[in-house]
Amino acid sequence: MVERETLLGRVVPHVVLLVGVCIVAFPVYLALLASTYDAATVQNGQMSLLPGSQMLENYERIIFSGARATTREPVGTMLLNSFLMALIIALGKIAISLISAYAIVFFRFPFRMAAFWLIFVTLMLPVEVRIYPTYKIVADLGLLDTYTGLTLPLIASATATLLFRQFFMTVPEELVEASKIDGAGPVRFFKDTLLPLSITTMAALFVIQFIYGWNQYLWPLLITTRDNMQTIVIGIKKMIVTQDALTEWQLAMATAVLALLPPVLVVVLMQKLFVKGLVETEK
Amino acid sequence: MERRALFGGKVLPYSLLLPQFAIVVVFFYVPAVQAVWQSMLMQDAFGISTEFVWFENYTILAANPEYYRTMGTTAVFSVLVAFLSLSSGLLLAVMADKQIKGATIYKTMLIWPYAVAPAVAGVLWLFMFQPSLGMLAKALRSWGIDWNPLLNGNHAMILVVLAATWKQISYNFLFFLAGLAAIPKSVIEAAAIDGARPMRRFWTIVFPLLSPTAFFLLTVNIVYVFFDTFGIIDSVTSGGPAGNTTTMVYKVYADGKLGSDLGGSAAQSVVLMAIVIALTAVQFKFVERRVQY
Repeated sequence: MVERETLLGRVVPHVVLLVGVCIVAFPVYLALLASTYDAATVQNGQMSLLPGSQMLENYERIIFSGARATTREPVGTMLLNSFLMALIIALGKIAISLISAYAIVFFRFPFRMAAFWLIFVTLMLPVEVRIYPTYKIVADLGLLDTYTGLTLPLIASATATLLFRQFFMTVPEELVEASKIDGAGPVRFFKDTLLPLSITTMAALFVIQFIYGWNQYLWPLLITTRDNMQTIVIGIKKMIVTQDALTEWQLAMATAVLALLPPVLVVVLMQKLFVKGLVETEK
Repeated sequence: MERRALFGGKVLPYSLLLPQFAIVVVFFYVPAVQAVWQSMLMQDAFGISTEFVWFENYTILAANPEYYRTMGTTAVFSVLVAFLSLSSGLLLAVMADKQIKGATIYKTMLIWPYAVAPAVAGVLWLFMFQPSLGMLAKALRSWGIDWNPLLNGNHAMILVVLAATWKQISYNFLFFLAGLAAIPKSVIEAAAIDGARPMRRFWTIVFPLLSPTAFFLLTVNIVYVFFDTFGIIDSVTSGGPAGNTTTMVYKVYADGKLGSDLGGSAAQSVVLMAIVIALTAVQFKFVERRVQY
């Protein structure tokens, strides 16, 4: 800027940002700490701000055998369930949105706009407003406690379809003409030209949808009744009992750390794709 | 969009749309219609017979003081979370937008809470403020505050607001940062040459130019508070104590779960549906305008 930088002007942003970072990180740091102590220390609120010595024992117990009093399912199983659910949802959304956007943008057929609107309107019907009827349909189809029931109803995606549509609109028409001259039909054009061009968009979308899938709460809460179908986000809530004496907080916190680590790592390691995906799905 | 239709074909486009359509119809449209239908039915006390009652469920709802209380709770919750997370997101974004060392590291360190599941975020905050063992709860008690979110409705509300805000700051921060990056530096420099001090420059130039972003974020935040915070509320308070943190979405879930009042629960769903439609319409009206700019 035009003014001379004052010392204060240079220090203030760092102070504000550091305070922000600390506030944001503190709850997770505390969870991490709690997961390294034994039950009694945590239960009596005697944790210090430095790690304890029970880390390996806690994580080993929780991953392979689970918490005692509350849910007996090993967290390892829950992690696997969460991972499969997130993966199926992310890949499923990408696959069906990619082909429906392809149909809407590159084909001329009756009711094209109607098709677009039919998908678009689902934006206004989040699962929370149709909980019990949707649950009943899934139950009637015999899909309770299955991966299909867990994932299929969440796979339809207006946002992903809109994003692909937007991207396809920027693909120059000359590319289509060129591949038509080469004798390529719609399937070959899709496979050889469009798909390679869409890789970055697909990757960005995958990051966002993986997080979306991993963090699902209400739907798995309704659909899973068997313990071995639970996802980790559901499992952790079941470890916390209102009667404090039953809650093994050090194990619950170890589970919380395991529940937040995979999606957080995805954001941190694939930050560029994450930001791209987030900004573009909201446009 | 019109000139882009380049392939013909009778079967292929429909078969490409089929998977999405099948899911959308079976799991979106049918249940939504059923919710509307259900909202006009009423079961007798024993669940033996069901009667079509037109809008009676809605009139019962409209006469129910508890429902207004839930609406009030939702409004308070939304306003607090939206205000706190928007203002802190903006403050952090303005600071990170300055040319300072380590800006990218700060950015990484601020965006990751987006990835934490709401239910997990709730559990983390519950642990800090758990009355008997939470570290911050103990600090509050040592200052003489009788902190107990399990019994005190206001304390419970503060706790869910903090957890929901904590999770949403990163989202607002990112979008404000993108909005700030889009403001031409020359405009701000011109004002500086005219002698406007930094605070004045912010309020008269930067802030008005950010207002489309802020408005967009406001609607997104309201949708977030209405729907995505379900996990936070269920894990921290389960709507309690004494219904003090029961939001409209939570009430739909709780009323239907007990199974006693499916019609009433469905009527509430329809009210929520109307709210989402209104919010989405506002959002798109705004997006249209932003495109013109």
